Amino acid sequence: MEKHDIVIIGGGPAGLAAAVAARKAGIQDILILERDSRLGGILNQCIHNGFGLHTFREELTGPEYANRYIRMAEDEGIPYRLNTMVVDINEKKEVTFINREDGMTTIQAKTVILAMGCRERPRGALNIPGYRPAGVYSAGTAQRLMNIEGFHVGKEVVILGSGDIGLIMARRMTLEGAKVKVVAELMPYSGGLKRNIVQCLDDYGIPLKLSHTVVEVHGKQRVTGVTIAEVDANRKPIPGTEEYYSCDTLLLSVGLLPENELTKGAGIEMNRVTSGPNVNDQLETSIEGVFACGNVLHVHDLVDYVSEEATLAGTNAAACVRHSEHKTPSHPVVLSAGDGVRYTVPQTMDIANMNDQVVVRFRVADVYRDRSISIYYDGVRVAHRKKKVMAPGEMEQVILKKEDLNRYNDLKEIVIGTEVE
Amino acid sequence: MEAENSMEKLLYDVAIIGAGVTGCSIARELSRYDLRVCVLEKDEDVCSGTSKANSAIVHAGHDAESGSMKARFNVEGSRMMPGLAKELDFDFIQNGSLVLCFADVDRPALEELYEKGKKNGVEGLTILSGEEVRRLEPNVSDRVVAALYAPTGGIVCPFGLTIAMAENACDNGVEFQFLTRIEEIRKMEDGYELKTNRGTVTARCVVNAAGVYADAFHNMVSGKKIHITARKGEYCLLDKEAGAHVGHTIFQLPGKLGKGVLVTPTVHGNLLLGPTARDINDKEGTDTTAEDLAEVQEKATLSVRGIPFRQVITSFVGLRAHEDSDDFVVGEAEDSEGFFDAAGIESPGLSSAPAIGVYLAGLIAEKTEAKAKNDWHGKRKGIVKPGEMSREERAALIREHPEYGSIVCRCEGISEGEIRDAITRTLGATSLDGIKRRVRQGMGRCQAGFCTPRAMEILANERGIRMEEVCKNVPGSEMLIGE
Repeated sequence: MEKHDIVIIGGGPAGLAAAVAARKAGIQDILILERDSRLGGILNQCIHNGFGLHTFREELTGPEYANRYIRMAEDEGIPYRLNTMVVDINEKKEVTFINREDGMTTIQAKTVILAMGCRERPRGALNIPGYRPAGVYSAGTAQRLMNIEGFHVGKEVVILGSGDIGLIMARRMTLEGAKVKVVAELMPYSGGLKRNIVQCLDDYGIPLKLSHTVVEVHGKQRVTGVTIAEVDANRKPIPGTEEYYSCDTLLLSVGLLPENELTKGAGIEMNRVTSGPNVNDQLETSIEGVFACGNVLHVHDLVDYVSEEATLAGTNAAACVRHSEHKTPSHPVVLSAGDGVRYTVPQTMDIANMNDQVVVRFRVADVYRDRSISIYYDGVRVAHRKKKVMAPGEMEQVILKKEDLNRYNDLKEIVIGTEVE
Repeated sequence: MEAENSMEKLLYDVAIIGAGVTGCSIARELSRYDLRVCVLEKDEDVCSGTSKANSAIVHAGHDAESGSMKARFNVEGSRMMPGLAKELDFDFIQNGSLVLCFADVDRPALEELYEKGKKNGVEGLTILSGEEVRRLEPNVSDRVVAALYAPTGGIVCPFGLTIAMAENACDNGVEFQFLTRIEEIRKMEDGYELKTNRGTVTARCVVNAAGVYADAFHNMVSGKKIHITARKGEYCLLDKEAGAHVGHTIFQLPGKLGKGVLVTPTVHGNLLLGPTARDINDKEGTDTTAEDLAEVQEKATLSVRGIPFRQVITSFVGLRAHEDSDDFVVGEAEDSEGFFDAAGIESPGLSSAPAIGVYLAGLIAEKTEAKAKNDWHGKRKGIVKPGEMSREERAALIREHPEYGSIVCRCEGISEGEIRDAITRTLGATSLDGIKRRVRQGMGRCQAGFCTPRAMEILANERGIRMEEVCKNVPGSEMLIGE
C-alpha cells in the first residue's frame, strides 16, 4: 500500500496553507488530494477583491489569494492529485480515493488533515413552498456559472439570505446588467460581513429586507416570480404582509454547512453546533493523528483566518509525524460556550502540552451592542474585554496564554461568554 | 401527414397516450407482439408526471375493496414485481409494511383490513401487538396498540421501473415521440386519428394512459363520460443519514382521504414522508404549500418518534388521478371499439402497472389478432452502478473506461461515465431532470449545488447543443439566459 506522512483532503485555502506549513516544519512526504480540476477551491470563483488584508497586508481577489498559496506549494514541490475524490477515511487512517488515472486506490497516511471546506444549504433544507422550476440557484452555483463558465443565469433576481456569497452575487449580477430587486433575510440581522452589505447592497441601492422570507416560488418551467412576507419573532410568516416580486431567478444564500461526510464515516466525534468535528488545541480530532482546519471545522468569515488556522494544523500534524508516540493529555481542560456564544473552537485543550498560546474562535448568537467578552476559569471571571458591536456574521476570538494558564493547577473548564455592561 | 396516407393505411396498430409507468408497462407488454406501437408523450421524457412523484411503494394489496380493479391489479402487480426487477434491472426491495393502529376502538378496522387482504389474495398477513411492532421497529410511536404486518409490501424506484420498461419496449421496436401533445382524437372507420402539435397520428387502437388528463381523452371519443380529479399529495424527503430511522414502510389505518401519511425508507436509503391529500382544479398544480408540508411532518410524528426533520433535503408534490368511481378504469371503452383506457390510475397504480400492462396488451393482441414475436427480448441491463461494485470490479471498470473514475455528483458519488450512459443509451436523457432520474445525479444532500454546471456541460456536449439550450425539463425551463 502507498504510504504518506501527511495526506491532506482538499486543495483549497485550508489544504494549501496546511501543506505549506507542514513542509516548512520539515515534513517531506505530503500529498494533497483535490476533487476539482485545479487547486484553490472555492476562491477560484470569488473574483471580487477583499481577500488577504490580514495575511498579505494587501487587497487581493480570490484567485490571486489562492495563487499565492498555490505558488508556495509548488515552490515547495508538494505533490497533489487533481480530479481526485476521496470516498472513505477510516480510523486506521487509510484513505480511499477515486480518479481516472489510479482508479480506486487506498493509501496509508501517518496523519490526515481534513480540509474539505463547506457546501451551501439547498432550497429543500428550508422547505420553501411553491413550484420547483429552473432558475432557483444556490448563490455559489450561480457564481460558478458566471465567473468560471462565463454564463448569465438570470436578468431579474431576488436573493434569499444575506450570507456573504449572496451579497457578493447581488453586486456581481448588478454589474453584469441584471436587476437585483431585493435581498430578503429571515433573521433580524444579516449573516454576512458589514462591509459586504455596504459595498454590495447599499452602494447599488439594493434593498435588504430583514425579518423577511420567501413564502412561495412561482413559475412552472422557469421562475416567474416569488412572494416575500415578513416574519414574526418565531420566524413564521405574518399573513397580510405578502409582496409579489416578478423575477426569473431566485438565488439562495441561506447558510453554509461543513462537508463532513468523510469525517462522520471515519467515526470522528462531531459537534452539533459547528457541524464540524470536535478538536483539541492542536486541532486534532477524536482520532489521533487526524487534524481539521478551515471551513470543514467551522464556517469562517475571512479566508485569512482559514489560512492561519490551517497553518497551525499543518505545523501540528508535522509535529505529530515526528513524535509518533502519543502524548496523553496530562492537564486536559474543556472549553465551553457561555452566555451569548454559540460555540468555541477548539472544544478541549491540554495545558501541559499546549503551544505558547491558543487562539479560541467563536461566534455570538445575536447582534450585541456594548457587551463584553468574558473568560471564566472554573466559574471565575479572569478576563473581560468590551466590544462596541458583535454580530453572528463575524467571528470573534480570544487568546489563551500558556504562562497564564500554568498558574491554575486544578483548572477543569474554561467558559467564554458575553456580558452586558 | 400526407393526404394519400389518410386513404386507409394507418400509421400504427396501437398509439399509447402517456409515457408514465402505466403507458410504458403497456408499451413493453405490447412489444411482445408483432404490432407497430407508438407512445405519445407531452413532456420531454418518460416518467415526468404522476409516475415521478409518489410514495414509491409496492403495496401488498390489502387496502383496495375486494373485487375492485385496484385489488386485482395491485395483488397481481405486486407478485410480478420481484421477477420484473430482476429481468429489467431496477431497484426494488421487499421490506415489508406495517399498518399502525393507534387505539383499541380501531382494532375492528384493523381486523377488517386483515380480512380484506386475505380475500384479495395477499400472502403472509399477520396482526402484531404494539410490543411486537416496536420490537420490529423501535422508533414506532408508543401509542401504537397493534399493526397489520404485510411481508410482501415493498419499495421501488419509480423512475427506475418506468425507464426500464420504456427502454425495453423501445429496444423491442416501440416508437416514443416526446413533446407531443394530443389536441384532438377522432374516431375513423377502422381506427383513430390523433391530432397533435407535431402532426397527425393514425392508429387502429388507442391506449389512454394519460394520467390526470385521461378523462379529457376518453371523453373525446366516448359518450360514457369519466371524470378525473387531481388529488394533490405533498411529500418531504430526508437525507440518507435519516434513512435507517425505519426499516419497514409504515402506514396509518386508512381514512376517508386515502391511506394517510406514510413513513418509509426508499430504495436509495433516504427517508420519505407523505403524502397529504387535497383535491385541486389545476392538473399542473405541483406547488408545495407551507400548510401541507407542516401537516406531513405533524402526521408522520404520530407514527414514528424522533424523525430528524432538520434533515429534510427536498419536498415535492405528486398529483394522483382520482376517478369519481374510486376505482381504476381499465379496459375497452364500451361505446368506442379499439379505444382502451388505463384511467384513474391513482394509488396503488405504481404497484398495479405491470399487471395492467399484461391485461391490456392481452386484450389488444386478441382484438388485433397479433402474433407473438420470435425475437422479443425481455431482458434489460440498467446503467452500471460503480458505487455498488466490489473494489476490484470498480477498479477494472475505471481502467477500461476512465470516465467512471471522474466523480461529478459528490453527494451520491455519481461519475461522468454514468451520466454519459444516461444520455447516450436507449431513450437517453435530454434534460437535467432526465439525468437525475436515471442516475440520481443532483438528488443528494446538496441538491445539485456542486454538480449542476458539470452536468449541464456533459449534457450539452453529448447532445450537441449550446449551454443556453440546456433545460431542467421541458422547453421553457432553460437554466441560463445567455453568455
